[in-house]
Amino acid sequence: MADEIARSPALEIHDLGFAYGATSALDHVELRIAAGEFVVLLGPNGAGKTTLFSLVTRLYDSRQGVIAVEGHDLHRHAIEAHARMGVVFQQPTLDLDLTVKQNLLYHGALHGMTRGLAYQRAMEQLSRMQMQESLHRRVRQLSGGQRRRVEIARGLLHYPRLLLLDEPTVGLDISSRRALVEHVHELCAEQGVAVLWATHLIDEVHAQDRVIVLDRGRIMADGRVDDITAAQGVETIGAAFDRLVDEEPS
Amino acid sequence: MRVGAYWHCMRGVVGRELLRFVHQRSRFIAALVRPLVWLFVFAAGFRMALGVAMIDPYETYIRYEVYIVPGLVGMIQLFNGMQSSLSMVYDREMGSMRVLLVSPFPRWYLLICKLLASTLVSMVQVYVFLLIAYLYGVQAPLAGYAYILPALLVTGFLVGALGMLLSTFVRQLENFAGIMNFVIFPMFFLSSALYPLWRIREGSYLVYQIASFNPFTYAVEMIRFALYEQLNLTASGIALATTVVLLGLAIWGYDPARGMLARKGGE
Repeated sequence: MADEIARSPALEIHDLGFAYGATSALDHVELRIAAGEFVVLLGPNGAGKTTLFSLVTRLYDSRQGVIAVEGHDLHRHAIEAHARMGVVFQQPTLDLDLTVKQNLLYHGALHGMTRGLAYQRAMEQLSRMQMQESLHRRVRQLSGGQRRRVEIARGLLHYPRLLLLDEPTVGLDISSRRALVEHVHELCAEQGVAVLWATHLIDEVHAQDRVIVLDRGRIMADGRVDDITAAQGVETIGAAFDRLVDEEPS
Repeated sequence: MRVGAYWHCMRGVVGRELLRFVHQRSRFIAALVRPLVWLFVFAAGFRMALGVAMIDPYETYIRYEVYIVPGLVGMIQLFNGMQSSLSMVYDREMGSMRVLLVSPFPRWYLLICKLLASTLVSMVQVYVFLLIAYLYGVQAPLAGYAYILPALLVTGFLVGALGMLLSTFVRQLENFAGIMNFVIFPMFFLSSALYPLWRIREGSYLVYQIASFNPFTYAVEMIRFALYEQLNLTASGIALATTVVLLGLAIWGYDPARGMLARKGGE
């Protein structure tokens, strides 16, 4: 059993469906992310990205389909699954009136860490991001890019095997966005954390990334950038994306 | 998860709530001003009009100020409980509630930690109020101030669970503010917080009946008796049972698979 779990993908989704009343938001979604893999979930606004994230984090629940994090079924073993995932939500979720340290220690406590361990991990993550000097600053005093970095530091504090980022660059300027994308790629490579990065911005896709195109709740394409562009007979991922999301659902 | 991890989680949630409370001095002042106005102003005015006969747990005739202090303690907890739930709706809108809900602990445990945190904050407010009331001359037996601790805990959970349950029905902050007005004021005024039930019955039998069914009445009576070193078994039993039911419903409401949030399509 332990070996089975160790070999399991960081995230596995099988036949997932979800509807808001009569409106379908996700339809038979299949997804598998290997340990240490960086995957971009690309979709226009309203494609179902945030719904998918809400289901993977179990803020929503679906009766259709299976979600497993490192082999731990989210329904039956929610605690084990949650312990293995770090999440950066689309909306900022730091407490603006608390300091960076207080926010990070709070998160550590929510993962059952002692204050000492949480502080040590907080310093480790902040140093990695060259933000140690911000430890005692109130979050309100930080720039948008810095806040996002703190959120990522927080998401990594408990050493998750899967990091979920839902449009983490919303509200950031271009240079902060680029820096953040690079930073998470580096983290993925250095720490072997699987990353699912949801975005609707084409320029956040790297040439070597695996891309999943989601539209109207369905996966329209899944593969390396080159494979997707070749399959669509176009030069760029942007053109492939336009073509995929313009297609009428069958 | 180890038992120690549960402890660290609770410490973190309670610590955050206390920190937020410390940072929001205006909230603390507002929470105190409200009951103090009742004590210093309204009670002085109503004293002659209402007067209170000898009733349990008091051993003699009492001033109106003495009578309403337990009700005002309940008022502090009621407002704090609702405000805490309001902040849950705010947190849900702003996203920080999600951070709590995706942590690797059972959701019922996380919600109980949240309720405990808001209850402890309300208890700090209550003791500061009781100190001021004591200095003003409303003095209960000293042991009574320790006896009310469990009563405050139960009342804090009761009103907090009610607010939490209400928060599952609304998605937007604006709606919740409206709901609060329909809950706080009827709950407070249609109870024994300001007048004894027998006096309410003299005025209106219907209002008396409503007040008799109001769980807040029993929470106030539980506090009143505890403050005078007595246990009102009926009031405590009803308050405790109501707390358990409301807490169960609130936990069900926040269950993503079964509760109200699931019906609305998510968090």
